Amino acid sequence: MTEVSDHNAFQQKEARYSPEGSFGWERVKYDPDDYGPVSDWAKDFDHADPAYNPQAPNIWKDLRESGCPVAHSERYGGVWAPLTHELVTEVAYDTDNFSSRNVVVSTSRPGDLAQPAPIGAAPPITSDPPFHAIARRIMLAPFAPKQIDPWEDEVRSLCRNLLDELGDIKPGESIIDAATDYAQHIPVNVIGRMLGFPAEDEALFRGFVHSTLETINQPRDVRMDGFEKLAEYINKQVVDHVDNPRDDLTSYMLNAEVEGNQLSPEHVTGSIILLLIAGVDTTWSAIGSALLHLAENASDRQRLVEEPDVMTFAVEEFLRSYAPVTMARMVTKDQDFHGCPMKKDDWVLLPFPAANLDPEAFDDADSFVIDREENRHAAFGLGIHRCLGSNLARLELRIAIEEFIARFPNFELSGEAEWSVGQIRGPRVIPVRVLEVTS
Amino acid sequence: MRVQLDVDKCQGHNRCYVLAPELFDVDDLGQAILIVEGDLDPGLEGKARLAASNCPEYAITTTD
Repeated sequence: MTEVSDHNAFQQKEARYSPEGSFGWERVKYDPDDYGPVSDWAKDFDHADPAYNPQAPNIWKDLRESGCPVAHSERYGGVWAPLTHELVTEVAYDTDNFSSRNVVVSTSRPGDLAQPAPIGAAPPITSDPPFHAIARRIMLAPFAPKQIDPWEDEVRSLCRNLLDELGDIKPGESIIDAATDYAQHIPVNVIGRMLGFPAEDEALFRGFVHSTLETINQPRDVRMDGFEKLAEYINKQVVDHVDNPRDDLTSYMLNAEVEGNQLSPEHVTGSIILLLIAGVDTTWSAIGSALLHLAENASDRQRLVEEPDVMTFAVEEFLRSYAPVTMARMVTKDQDFHGCPMKKDDWVLLPFPAANLDPEAFDDADSFVIDREENRHAAFGLGIHRCLGSNLARLELRIAIEEFIARFPNFELSGEAEWSVGQIRGPRVIPVRVLEVTS
Repeated sequence: MRVQLDVDKCQGHNRCYVLAPELFDVDDLGQAILIVEGDLDPGLEGKARLAASNCPEYAITTTD
């Protein structure tokens, strides 16, 4: 392939990409009035109700204790939500009955002319076997522990710079938003650097992430507008890398080969979109939840300040207690799932955060135990779709907390936290009063 | 005590390599590799139990 034809291949695909496929369909006509407040979480479950994320652990607990291990809703044309560790594991492991073709529940489904499973629009997260393993293998290498560990110094210096940029902090007086002044900027800058995208585009990336993850109950046209802007931006960056290859993830994907063939332009673009979307809100949410917890729980904060070695276990307990990511699957054929009459193309949510709080799977599941030694949490998913970026996410989470408490050994919540909407759960506003500053 | 790794169950969560690097390494794709054979040094039994009890896929087992 010549450079010119490479270039054209991406230009021609411009604006045709959508994570839901180019030819989506609505199973039921979208009516905004269908999406009012939820009154019955067992039969009218809606994870995009603004009331859901702030109180999700209580909703899961109430449902499990009332004998409802699988919630249901007619919203989005049919959604199921298994809430126990055992059932979430079963769905995650069963790639025959539950396809990853689309992993974000919304009002529309990928149409027959969209990228079919097993490839999907953003491989490998939207891929099923056997293609999944091929697409995943390409991306496992750059995210393996020994490739990610060397990023530690850069992540640490990014965190320190963000803390410096907060300006003059007066102990006992200064109030910062630990979410938007700090946590929010970490993952977006790290993944932007790894992909080789311009640093000044940070706000743009965040806009794309929002339009993909937080507009799920908007009409299809609104979502498509967002996807088109995203595709246009990514194509511009990819074309620039085709013309000017460099040592980053975008050029890595452009050079990657399967059995001697380069990846298709759709595959490269889809995977880059996956990295941008999946790496940003998720990690931001995890960092924010950890800082919110520490602002509200002085003894845990103090323990981390005094015993840094506890951090290895604390990071995992933050991930268990406040796992940010719920995935979704699409039912591949009509079936009975433990008494639930699932229909082909129904959505099934995979609330790993709910699985993590199931008392059948964890001792003292509702308690945050900062040095919990036995912790098989499922924050990064279970089975073949284990989060590709888990090593990077853990690195960012650990360093973000370490640097924050090193600078501010004492701080407290000074107002109400506000939560995200949709499948990625985390605080979006965390008002914190700084009580102590180390220089 | 002996420790076993089921490589077919491993999904590369990387918990064992972090908690028990004396017993586990990871390959270039992040998949776990067991680097010990036979009976464990008694000083490493705690590490083996820790690795097993933090594997989300139940890929690690120990036998006394």
